[in-house]
Amino acid sequence: MTAAGAADGGSAVEIAAAVAAGDRSAVEIVDAHLARIAAGDGEIHAFNTVVADRARERAAAVDRAVAAGEPVGPLAGVPVALKDNFCTRGVPTTCSSRILDGWVPPYDATAVERLEAAGAVVVGKTNLDEFAMGSSTENSAFGPTRNPLDVTRVPGGSSGGSAAAVAADFAVLGFGSDTGGSIRQPAALCGVVGLKPTYGAVSRYGLVAFASSLDQIGPFARSVADAALAYDTVAGHDPRDSTSLPDGHRPTVERLTDGVEGLRVGVVSEMTAPELRADRGGAFEPAVIDRCHRAADVLADAGAKVDEVSIPTAVAGLAAYYMIAPAEASSNLARYDGVRYGARQPGANTAAMMTASRTAGFGDEVKRRIMLGTYALSAGYYDAFYGKAQRIRTLMIREFDRVYQQYDVLLSPTSPCVAFPFGAKADPLTMYYNDVCTIPSNLTGHPAISVPFGTGEAGLPVGVQVLGPKLSEGELMRVAAALEAAAAAGGADPTGEDTP
Amino acid sequence: MPDTDDAAPTDRDHLTPEEVAKVARLALLELTDDERSRFATQLDAVLDLADQLDGFELDDVPPTAHPFGLVNVFRRDQPETDAEAAEFRRLALEGGPEVEDGRFKVPPALGEAP
Amino acid sequence: MTTTAPATATDAGTGHELLPDGWEMVIGLEVHAELATASKMFSPAPNRFGGEPNTNVHPVCLGLPGTLPVVNGKAIELGIRIGLALDCTVQRCVFARKNYFYPDMPKDYQISQYELALNVDGRLELADGSVVGIERAHLEEDTGKSTHIGDSGRIHDAGYSLVDYNRAGVPLIEIVSRPDLRDPEQAKSYVEELRAILVAIGASDGKMEEGSLRVDANVSVRPAGSGELRTRCEIKNVNSLRSLGRAITYEARRHVDLYQAGDAPRQETRHWDEEDGRTRPGRSKEEAEDYRYFDDPDLVPVDPSPGWIDEIRAALPALPRHRRQALVDRGAPAAGAALAVERDLDGLALAAIEAGADAERTVTHVANNLAVEGAGSLDASHFADLVKLETGGGLTATQAKQVLADMVETGRDPATIAAEKGFEAMDTDELESLLDGIIADHPDEWARFVGGDDGDRKKMQGVFVGQVMKATRGQADGKVVNQLLNQRASAG
Repeated sequence: MTAAGAADGGSAVEIAAAVAAGDRSAVEIVDAHLARIAAGDGEIHAFNTVVADRARERAAAVDRAVAAGEPVGPLAGVPVALKDNFCTRGVPTTCSSRILDGWVPPYDATAVERLEAAGAVVVGKTNLDEFAMGSSTENSAFGPTRNPLDVTRVPGGSSGGSAAAVAADFAVLGFGSDTGGSIRQPAALCGVVGLKPTYGAVSRYGLVAFASSLDQIGPFARSVADAALAYDTVAGHDPRDSTSLPDGHRPTVERLTDGVEGLRVGVVSEMTAPELRADRGGAFEPAVIDRCHRAADVLADAGAKVDEVSIPTAVAGLAAYYMIAPAEASSNLARYDGVRYGARQPGANTAAMMTASRTAGFGDEVKRRIMLGTYALSAGYYDAFYGKAQRIRTLMIREFDRVYQQYDVLLSPTSPCVAFPFGAKADPLTMYYNDVCTIPSNLTGHPAISVPFGTGEAGLPVGVQVLGPKLSEGELMRVAAALEAAAAAGGADPTGEDTP
Repeated sequence: MPDTDDAAPTDRDHLTPEEVAKVARLALLELTDDERSRFATQLDAVLDLADQLDGFELDDVPPTAHPFGLVNVFRRDQPETDAEAAEFRRLALEGGPEVEDGRFKVPPALGEAP
Repeated sequence: MTTTAPATATDAGTGHELLPDGWEMVIGLEVHAELATASKMFSPAPNRFGGEPNTNVHPVCLGLPGTLPVVNGKAIELGIRIGLALDCTVQRCVFARKNYFYPDMPKDYQISQYELALNVDGRLELADGSVVGIERAHLEEDTGKSTHIGDSGRIHDAGYSLVDYNRAGVPLIEIVSRPDLRDPEQAKSYVEELRAILVAIGASDGKMEEGSLRVDANVSVRPAGSGELRTRCEIKNVNSLRSLGRAITYEARRHVDLYQAGDAPRQETRHWDEEDGRTRPGRSKEEAEDYRYFDDPDLVPVDPSPGWIDEIRAALPALPRHRRQALVDRGAPAAGAALAVERDLDGLALAAIEAGADAERTVTHVANNLAVEGAGSLDASHFADLVKLETGGGLTATQAKQVLADMVETGRDPATIAAEKGFEAMDTDELESLLDGIIADHPDEWARFVGGDDGDRKKMQGVFVGQVMKATRGQADGKVVNQLLNQRASAG
């Protein structure tokens, strides 16, 4: 689904330029998107909250600023959808959990401040797997989001609402958080671009934490250029986040037209080799692997040096992740105890009240991960689980650093499969395997982008993942732009003869 | 790949519903009998993933808590203004499930701080 | 201990006397002190005592979803100051999360330091010269406070609790001593000395009554001289030095009683009940002890550079024991020197002594007459002049005291004040004739002074001095009157 031809259509780049020039009205653009939400979101359920009045007010303020000749930012009048784990002052923030029922943050996340300062207009807060734990948005306490491309299928997760909102043109840009693939995988499943930036490149201040050492904020867009503009707007050092990189921002917009000639590209064999396709229930769809190889061919044709590369520790990523992320989550989610905010259940004493509130407030997946993390950190098990996973993490970082001596970027599928039907991965472990290609970047802190590249089963989009070293977002944009252009020219899908 | 001498979870006994109950108590979650058994099976399957970590030589490998090794990130000792504090107080108390005399009300404790 | 503690001569007696023969106490203290920063440890909320509930708050210290901690650099600096003052090794350290559910704790974990503390392996020299080892001094955040509301106001009967987060997130240093202390008096003097150091280096206000300094005691006993370490109990809720002494004594006796009954104490946390004068076991819940420490992923390590440490060391003010010694070296009595340092008036005393004032008189004035506001701004040369006037016989002790009070108030020099008040040294001839007149008027008393026993003599001395003072309206020098009385008595 694209917005081509719509009266309010166009990319973020085009809209911002037209609004800033006074050629188009931000209010009209926002109204058109709100109208589309009103008409279509009943079915899609991309949003938990739509802030129509607030959005119109902000858009009107942008229009006034333009009329008064005041400077407006690079996203002037661009409608944006925020995952509902971004804190927004005065607007409920639920994390799609009952436990945050009624909570209204008294402050804005840094990313939200920067977006609004750039003239972007927040239209609403989008659905997610509860506390960002999941890969299908089925774990939302408010019901699942449907994939706009096929409403019988999931949009991916955990940022499924933002991916769907952008795919359905409810917003021009979406923002999500990526702890193990939660931006890239739904981007792939909804056929949009999704970037997980370098850890520390975008401030986490105001992002409700899932796993602090892995969480990272990033954009969804319908084009690579829009993703670059969105990333450039929110990136940069923030003194309120101790893990924010002091040298965190190198503009990427200007890198889009650099091409890929001479770039050294490695195709990760552990994520594309046939013998690993059926590994432990995580079978890779053949078409997905084929599109990845085609992407490599496209880059080679454009002058990149393409090679296969083996990264043995990559296979341990999933296991390490499912020790580390739940451990951090078990501690991060302790504060939801019914004392200071959110939903409270009655109890005869404090502990009973807290227990009742948590038991009623959290869904099954959140409970599973809290218990898993509590177990992994508890006396007697720390070394065997959490401690070991942290050492594996060191090995992975070393290995990727070594690989990046020889390669500028790496290539892999984003998700082992295209969008799957609701309930298809009801077993938790089967669902977890969906993150096998995206998890390594979170453990190493490196950036990765998912770009739509052709189609797979049922004609649904396939995402190819481009991975790079610390702060290589510019290189990722170059490669993604080349793949986007090739796909637009029909170079992604096979012709009839060579269909696998 | 060589074995490590870390206490490997390979020979770990299966997670019992009783152990799950203990972990749930530690996390302040209450489980039904049915949930206890179901979660025991599901969590056990995830803990089995840790077997995949057994093959790596980890003896001299330090743990990573953070990808990029930042150190010494400090804030200036500058308090917020009284007006800011007053506004946060108002909003925080407004958001409290139960508030009395400017404080958060909770049922009685059973004991003291550990 | 590197030196043995001399017996402390107090009414309470020593540890050896407090326990049956053959037993000795083994005490280690954990002192929590709030650091004197302007804002909290990880949040820009103000760090100040008191105020309406929940007024010193910010989203970060309320632990609101999405907030992140950032280390207050000043707290690290004060932590390093403390480490250096306690001769610790200052090292690379990491903040860890201590996980347990508690309504006073907004995040339901406390950010503390576990495996890697800022300061390790230090020592503290007590006023008596004994040395107590410091195991570690680490940084952490304070919790909020619950007020229990109910019929009796006591925890177990409370109807409900009200939580105030003003204190939540205030920077704390936890200073853990080695089990080197042997009796309650020594434990008290350890806390006093530590407190004096914290105040002197500007790290904490050290106010035990406001809870900015809190003490937990680890107590065990053993056969005297055995060197073993037996099961210890941690005593909490000790709110004053007096309680500390009582709590330690009670707990040590409890242990001895148990051993003598063929039983043994079990390791646990106990709470001091001031009213009942006894310790009681806290709620002991096995699982609550599993704190699941791990490095806080929201924070990065602190690795103080040698340059920074040197800079802090160079700016460190003189420590109380060095300041006391400076006065003692110049002839001041130890007790007076300690008081002068405690009142932060040792600089004034030292300057006066350097300007020629008698050390003992100087320190006595500081100890007895300068516990007043504004004493610190007294001009040292004026102070020296006053002491010199007094010791030279130009002023009586009583007059000197009055002049000193005026000096503090007005900042004028002592000679001017004395002249204005008409304080002139009374001529000895005048005094002699006055005294002779009084003796003549009181023959019975004089007889008792000359011929009575020591008690009589002392009593009558008071009578005569009193009469002289009455006649001179306090301007006579009591010492001179005594001399004259003795001269006349021996002259017979």
